[in-house]
Amino acid sequence: MTTTPPLLEIDISHVTAGLSLDISLNISGQSAVSGITALFGRSGAGKTSLINLMAGLARPDRGRIVLGDRVLFDSERGIDLPPEQRRMGYVFQEGRLFPHLNVRGNLEYGMKRRAGNGRGLSFDRVAGLLDLGHLLERRPGGLSGGEKQRVAIGRALLSNPELLLLDEPLASLDAGRKNEILPFLERLRDDPGIPMIYVSHNMEEIVRLADVMVLISEGRVLASGDVEELLSRLDLRPLTGRFEAGSVIAATLAGHDETFGLSRLAFAGGELLAPRVDLPLDTALRVRIRARDVTLATRKPVQMGAQNIYRGTILQMEPDTGSRMEVLLDIGVPLWARLSAKSAQELKLAVGMSAYAVVKSVAIDGHSLGRRRITGGGAGM
Amino acid sequence: MFGLSTMELEAIQLSLRVALWGVAWSLPLAVGVAWLLARGRFPGKILLDGLVHLPLVLPPVAVGYVLLVMFGRQGAIGAWLFDQFHIQIAFTWRGAAIAAAVMAFPLMVRAIRLSLEAVDRKLEAAARTLGARPADVFLSVTLPLIAPGIITGVILAFARSLGEFGATITFVSNIPGQTRTLPLAIYTLIQAPGGEETAMRLVLISVVVALAALAVSEILARRAAARLEP
Repeated sequence: MTTTPPLLEIDISHVTAGLSLDISLNISGQSAVSGITALFGRSGAGKTSLINLMAGLARPDRGRIVLGDRVLFDSERGIDLPPEQRRMGYVFQEGRLFPHLNVRGNLEYGMKRRAGNGRGLSFDRVAGLLDLGHLLERRPGGLSGGEKQRVAIGRALLSNPELLLLDEPLASLDAGRKNEILPFLERLRDDPGIPMIYVSHNMEEIVRLADVMVLISEGRVLASGDVEELLSRLDLRPLTGRFEAGSVIAATLAGHDETFGLSRLAFAGGELLAPRVDLPLDTALRVRIRARDVTLATRKPVQMGAQNIYRGTILQMEPDTGSRMEVLLDIGVPLWARLSAKSAQELKLAVGMSAYAVVKSVAIDGHSLGRRRITGGGAGM
Repeated sequence: MFGLSTMELEAIQLSLRVALWGVAWSLPLAVGVAWLLARGRFPGKILLDGLVHLPLVLPPVAVGYVLLVMFGRQGAIGAWLFDQFHIQIAFTWRGAAIAAAVMAFPLMVRAIRLSLEAVDRKLEAAARTLGARPADVFLSVTLPLIAPGIITGVILAFARSLGEFGATITFVSNIPGQTRTLPLAIYTLIQAPGGEETAMRLVLISVVVALAALAVSEILARRAAARLEP
């Protein structure tokens, strides 16, 4: 593996009202340097405080922050670059567009103040990428929530940052608007390749966008690494799983079944049939399978309306709230299934037993698929 | 013009000149003081706040007397200005402008300070992350956002300056063509027998000027506010 210099090294402690941050983090590797690193945690875990410290909007009590080869903050050496010299683009949760400027003025604000020789993405390119051409003369006040966030992303991009920080940019949008923005974020990730740190507590967004994930809880980094890897770790499940019960597996697009409009996704446990995915063959994918779309049988089901059947061993059984039971099965990859406590009892399921998992192929849709980028490396603690 | 006498025209012109200069000179200072009061954290802030508001609560005659003591030919500032630059303040229209500015200052500072306190500081932080230095942020974000407050402050101060009487007559006296502004002219006319008719005309002119100032302020403030909205 080639050694890429780390994207970001952080080692800081900081006490703010009600939260004590103590973060030690090293984000490196190809997939972080040219892709999206997700910062995941519950609200109040310290995610926003952490990126405010990175951007220079707050000052750590002590420690060090290094971006690429530039020291942004070092309490021992007395270095503390002001935000305008850090070259971190920041997309705020609430957009923060300037109300006295129109969209064009907002977009040009950072562009006019670019550091150095003013290189970077052109105005037209960014306007094109984010489909802003028809909004340029409008005022921010008259834009929809989704449009505002697109402008905010464009404005940050045009300041030619070395790293783009996104603080839950979709949190204030409804589901429809979210789906309107996600493709743009995917485009930005795949095309200009500016590294991004994406703060979110929404697993769906993370699975779709990020390759690397950092788990934050109570002001500390709990774990970091590839998204699939972290999401299959049992010990992290209290944090990762409670939000979106399910499993995330790495797969590649193996082929298409034209007659039924299906695609075959190869993964460590075999093949998964899913509604047709319009991507080139061999594309690396990340598939999220919700536990409620997986059911279990003790004998191999025949004549069933689901084609995805896998044999595996039960690793763990967890009573969920109320009458449900969540069962973890090893089918080559860890897979969570959810069934009623009653069926679990009737099937006499027990840890160590072998069982068949059945996955509904229609359960896998665009929202559960993310494109994996070349992996290798990741984030370390 | 409109059948106005020389004396009346003189009073109107002088009033406008005094009020305009008074406002023009105090505006940058008012923005600075409003900034200190809204954002600053320093010892003596309450003292500064009190000092700025003093002309609002003191009898204008008292303010005029203090100005006379400071800016008169024997006063500390007045003597220095005269020795260094041969500028005389007391008993000239410049003194009238200073009296007007001092009396109107608290109103201007208040309006600007209120709008400064209403500025969303998160917008300023966003500007920093986009590469703007603090002074740049002030000029390109803060100042446009407080424009409506500045307009309100300027018009309030202008109107207050037009009506200034007590501090002016104490500080710079009542000299025709030099310091006899509209209020002083009206006062002079009603002191003398047979001047009521002319006094009434000047009162009406005062009403017209004041209404015009308010109308202009309304239009400007609306335009500035519209720039901040959809």
